[in-house]
Amino acid sequence: MDLDRSPLRRRFPLRTPPLLRTRLIRGGVAALPLAFLAVFFVWPVVSIIWTGLAPGGSFDGSPIAKVLTDGDLLSVAWFTLWQAALSTVVTMVVALPGAWVLSRFDFPGRSVIRAAVTVPFVLPTVVVGTAFLALLGPSGALGLDLEGTVWAILAAHVFFNYAVIVRTVGGLWSHLDPRLEEAARALGASRWQAFRTVTLPLLRPALAAAASLVFLFTFTSFGVILVIGGGLSTLEVEIYRRTTQLFDLPTAAVLAIIQMIGVTSVLVAYSRYQERRSTEISLRPAAEVARRPRGWREWSIVGGVLGSMALVLGTPIALLIERSFRTADGYGLAFYRSLDEMGRGTTRYVDPVAAIGNSLGFAVIAGLIALVIGLAAASVVAYRSSRASRWFDALLMLPMGTSAVTIGFGFLVALDAPIDLRASIVLVPIAHALVAIPFVVRSVVPVMRSVRERLREAAAVLGASPGRVRREIDVPIVARAAAVGFGFAIAVSLGEFGATAFIARPDTTTLPVAIFRALGLPGALNFGRAMAMSTILMVVTAAAVLVVERFRAPGTGEF
Amino acid sequence: MRRMAVAALALALLAGACGDNPPDSVRLITHESFAVSDDVLAAFTEETGITVEILATGDAGQIVNQAILTAGNPVGDVLFGVDTTFLSRALDADLFVPYRAGHLDQVAAGVATDPENRVTPMTVGDVCINYDKSAFTATPPPSNLADLTDPVYRGMLVVQNPATSSPGLAFLLATIARFGEGTAYPWQDFWADLRANDVSVAGGWEEAYYGSFTVGGGGDRPIVVSYASSPPAEVIFAETPPDEAPTAVMIDGCFRQVEYAGILRGSEREDAARALIEFMLSNRFQEDVPLTMFVFPVLTGAELPPEFVEHTVIPADPAGIDPALIEANRERWIEEWTSIVLR
Repeated sequence: MDLDRSPLRRRFPLRTPPLLRTRLIRGGVAALPLAFLAVFFVWPVVSIIWTGLAPGGSFDGSPIAKVLTDGDLLSVAWFTLWQAALSTVVTMVVALPGAWVLSRFDFPGRSVIRAAVTVPFVLPTVVVGTAFLALLGPSGALGLDLEGTVWAILAAHVFFNYAVIVRTVGGLWSHLDPRLEEAARALGASRWQAFRTVTLPLLRPALAAAASLVFLFTFTSFGVILVIGGGLSTLEVEIYRRTTQLFDLPTAAVLAIIQMIGVTSVLVAYSRYQERRSTEISLRPAAEVARRPRGWREWSIVGGVLGSMALVLGTPIALLIERSFRTADGYGLAFYRSLDEMGRGTTRYVDPVAAIGNSLGFAVIAGLIALVIGLAAASVVAYRSSRASRWFDALLMLPMGTSAVTIGFGFLVALDAPIDLRASIVLVPIAHALVAIPFVVRSVVPVMRSVRERLREAAAVLGASPGRVRREIDVPIVARAAAVGFGFAIAVSLGEFGATAFIARPDTTTLPVAIFRALGLPGALNFGRAMAMSTILMVVTAAAVLVVERFRAPGTGEF
Repeated sequence: MRRMAVAALALALLAGACGDNPPDSVRLITHESFAVSDDVLAAFTEETGITVEILATGDAGQIVNQAILTAGNPVGDVLFGVDTTFLSRALDADLFVPYRAGHLDQVAAGVATDPENRVTPMTVGDVCINYDKSAFTATPPPSNLADLTDPVYRGMLVVQNPATSSPGLAFLLATIARFGEGTAYPWQDFWADLRANDVSVAGGWEEAYYGSFTVGGGGDRPIVVSYASSPPAEVIFAETPPDEAPTAVMIDGCFRQVEYAGILRGSEREDAARALIEFMLSNRFQEDVPLTMFVFPVLTGAELPPEFVEHTVIPADPAGIDPALIEANRERWIEEWTSIVLR
């Protein structure tokens, strides 16, 4: 394959030594994400682990030996690892055709479908759990009883993480020059050969990025395991139990360390791989890449992939929506109308409009924090290849692979001074941003790395200043990928990912919090309201993502 | 530019966070099920000039553990929601400043109080077996715990995992209180029989009630572990209020959970905290709890709303276990339960 291999060029860049000013700027760019992570991740996590391992101030290593000789806990760790690996593989296999169709073909409704795919990602597991039970449970519509089996867990993991593949891989795929594959075809390669030898290697950075995200999500799986795991347990669930119920902080601390070691080794392996594999490739505007399907064969392939997508993602969602309209006397809007009545006159009351506003408000703030920090971090990771940047990359991802309980309880023990943030509303978007930053980084780095150095050089040769090169070459291309990352960050926040469940917050009800409130009491009305609010959450998510996707930096064209 | 924008944002956020509590306010730390009527809360503020800031998170276990981790420098002033199963841990950690509420002598006889008044009982809730009335027209519903192992009720019961669910743990404790340990038919045997009778285990109350129970969301199990207050809730939260509740409570085998509140040691507003404790143990607040939190008041004088009188029964003799015994054995009981029922 005759493509520019960048590492060589990056090792011997045609650049003059950086000026002091440039160095200072670069240092500043790296310092921002480092400071953020140090204050809101490293310090809290180290504090809570130290609390567990040093009760009374002096280190006590005995829990480590206790955990490492506890057969039950070791089998939990083993199960955590293999279910995550398997979930990652299955999700990749199931979602790749979807990523392909949505990035290479143009057909009516494509952008709406691409936004809709994000919807499962934000749904509360309790809500999806009831839908899954209705489909896969003992009296399920599909006639199989998968409740409490690893199959149900796999199915749920595919459902929740489908969007991660479609968006992360699709983000690069939709810009790959189709002429490369066409050339291979013209030279006699079969469709499959052309895909395997041309497209797949080019996609590797994005595939690895997506796989690492799915792995982190499933490795720290909590809600899915609790709701449909029927007593199966992961490290995350054990850490939760030991921290919030048993108050066995020593064991929780050891488990948290084991979890982080597992996550870190996967992340370091990932960065090494990424470094070796990244190639510069010519990226094309998405509009030029995607084309109408041609002939009945392509149309039927596209139709088939979309159909299976509808089946995998659409069935549970359709069931939720249907339930939100299914009242005692036929279909109607009764549950939606009664939303405003929920807990009226009490502190439990949720103003549905305010809840939507709160959700969106947190999402935008969290998204902006993630965008600023993620872009700064991504430019460090993408443009500097050193061991330090590899560790930096792993550090950025680590919050996503760290137990939310550990972080949440860490906030509580660490953030009391100099400013007492323990019950501050500020922690909500920050906790969301911790999980969202990896999405920005993962969406942007493969694209940043793939921007052809030659394009930059050409621009420079033509007389463009370094600033202008950045503005006219890098920024438009990266902006599009950043928009994808921002969309994800918004989705992460709308779904209330991360440590917010473990911090006491003043009353600012978001949609997921309102859903939990509704589900906390018996009664047909409460269940119906939960389904109605879930439907609203889906619509808000799809709309928010659609708006972000439409975003174009003015005058930057279709990237 | 961008960094300046971030700095500005961070400053704005910090400024919002820094606004320290004014002295005429009190912070209430509680779990996510807490609720109070707006007018009741407003009455407190009106009488005392004290505003209440409610900080809710997680469940009883989580708030107790978090309070222990912040002991001496608490996030709030009053903690509401330590229940029977976590009381011993909270008292051992010396979380509270003793205070004797004026109405303490009016607390119902069956409700345990702390001799040292470190905590004050606030609500009572019974975790009980609920069943779908419509499923038991031909056969009678189960009337006691032992019935649940009868093949007639095979595949009908869904419980919650005591490792992750508070009602799940309460039901396990009810069976331990009933069948005992080291007896001729200990609780372990009862659960082995339940398993043989195809009991289903859900992760939490929501999944059990809304996922598996026939009344909740269309599951296939007509018997569920829930609360004595669930039938009234079914009436109140029905789409059109029915004459009678679709569910009923089995009065045998209930476990009584008492919720307590206490003033956190290290609070800088002990006076306001005491006023809040007094208020929560007054009729005004006590009569509010059934319809806001779906638990029962502890004051003998507090009147129940009609739905609670009509649609449920208060178990006369619910099980209870000494909190110290629960704390000492919780982990072992849960582990034994897990190996009997799930492995």
